Amino acid sequence: MKLQVPLLITFLAGVFMAVQFFVPHELGQTAFGELLNWGRIVAAFALVLGIQSLLRTHVEKIRRRRRDWPYSTVAIASFVMMVVIGIGFGSDRGSGFDWVFTHVQVPLDATMFSLLAFFIASAAFRTFRARSTEATLLLVAAVVVMLGRVPGSLIVVFGHSGAGEWLHTNMPDVSEWIMNFPSVAGKRGIIFGVALGSIATALRIMLGIERSHLGGGSGGGGDE
Amino acid sequence: MPEAVAPEILGISTEVIGVWIAAFLTLAIFSFLYEDNPIYKFAEHLFVGVSAGYGVVITWHEAVVPLLIDPLFRPENVSLEAPNYIVIIPGVLGLLMFSRFIPRYDWLSRWPIAFVMGLSSGLAIPAAVQTYLLPQLYATMLPIWPGVEISAWTAISNFLLVAGVLCTLAYFYFSREHSGAFGVASKVGIFFLMVAFGASFGNTVMARVSLLIGRVQFLYEDWWLPLVAEPIKRLFGG
Repeated sequence: MKLQVPLLITFLAGVFMAVQFFVPHELGQTAFGELLNWGRIVAAFALVLGIQSLLRTHVEKIRRRRRDWPYSTVAIASFVMMVVIGIGFGSDRGSGFDWVFTHVQVPLDATMFSLLAFFIASAAFRTFRARSTEATLLLVAAVVVMLGRVPGSLIVVFGHSGAGEWLHTNMPDVSEWIMNFPSVAGKRGIIFGVALGSIATALRIMLGIERSHLGGGSGGGGDE
Repeated sequence: MPEAVAPEILGISTEVIGVWIAAFLTLAIFSFLYEDNPIYKFAEHLFVGVSAGYGVVITWHEAVVPLLIDPLFRPENVSLEAPNYIVIIPGVLGLLMFSRFIPRYDWLSRWPIAFVMGLSSGLAIPAAVQTYLLPQLYATMLPIWPGVEISAWTAISNFLLVAGVLCTLAYFYFSREHSGAFGVASKVGIFFLMVAFGASFGNTVMARVSLLIGRVQFLYEDWWLPLVAEPIKRLFGG
């Protein structure tokens, strides 16, 4: 009951979703749409577990007066505020929720990621060394792609000399060529591996060979 | 059509207040470039709370209300004549997730997880074949001999792509020892992988830089010029 039922649920749900793709019958398509909605409903409940975990961490931090605990009150208060105005007063355009999203979340999100420009560049500066052929290829590809996106910078470095003009004109094309041919070749090899790996993992889950997602509960993982 | 006027608080437009808050938060995050500080920590925790709240609200309005609450209690909102009681099944499955809080019955939480895993696994098989395997295979079947339709340069580029894919696959094939001709192919595969990683890295850096430019542009054009420099200029009769 504790293990067999979930394995059966996984098998039936998995087989139906895989098979319906090859049977384009109206009934199958309706059931497919309905099951997808069911999945979204169940996932919504799973989100509550995630939020509970986040809140518990911060509440615990406040309760025990751990380091930087006052900031946890900011996290909890902003979470509660967002939920109250979003669920209580709606999330349409022009609503309070939309205002907070536009003037608080969007700038925070964009700035947080733009901050990475500094860290990623400084990390590259510290670690990129042309010590071997592989490292040199990685370095050259990265530099060419970066310069290809801002060809004007080459004029700044080389001036309006012959080399500067040539690089300014051709670097975007060289960068595009790298992105479209050798880079695609490497990525495609990885994609084939990912696709075959996903199919194999999906089959393992459906057939009950892979069961790690069912572990964790203290109710027993035995074959009861 | 006339533009909607933003409401006001104490005679100040909410749009202006919003720009000031956005500018403050942008600078608060950038302050981390100097060192970790209380203003950055405040903005960081605000981001965590607001993002989590955003996720809950969107899930509520996009999934819970239209797929569960409306079909059950307000069928007219979703063009139904009578309540659709079948949605009770996923509702109950979802509620079983909370059995994790009761140690004696926490095994029941496996049922909804099993359901979602089954759905995703079943979907993954045709999706992987349809979106990854076949289109990528098709895109690799390229002409590698120059002729009427393709130039010598295109043929060389295509050859490089086809050879690169085969060599990369050789590198990932671990059922045979990487020695001899196969070892050479796998070594060449590593070279292609390195170019791919380098190009991805360069692309990521530039994407982050364009975000940075966007933020600096916002600070200068939407905040500094109209809300700081211009009023100061007016104040001094400029």
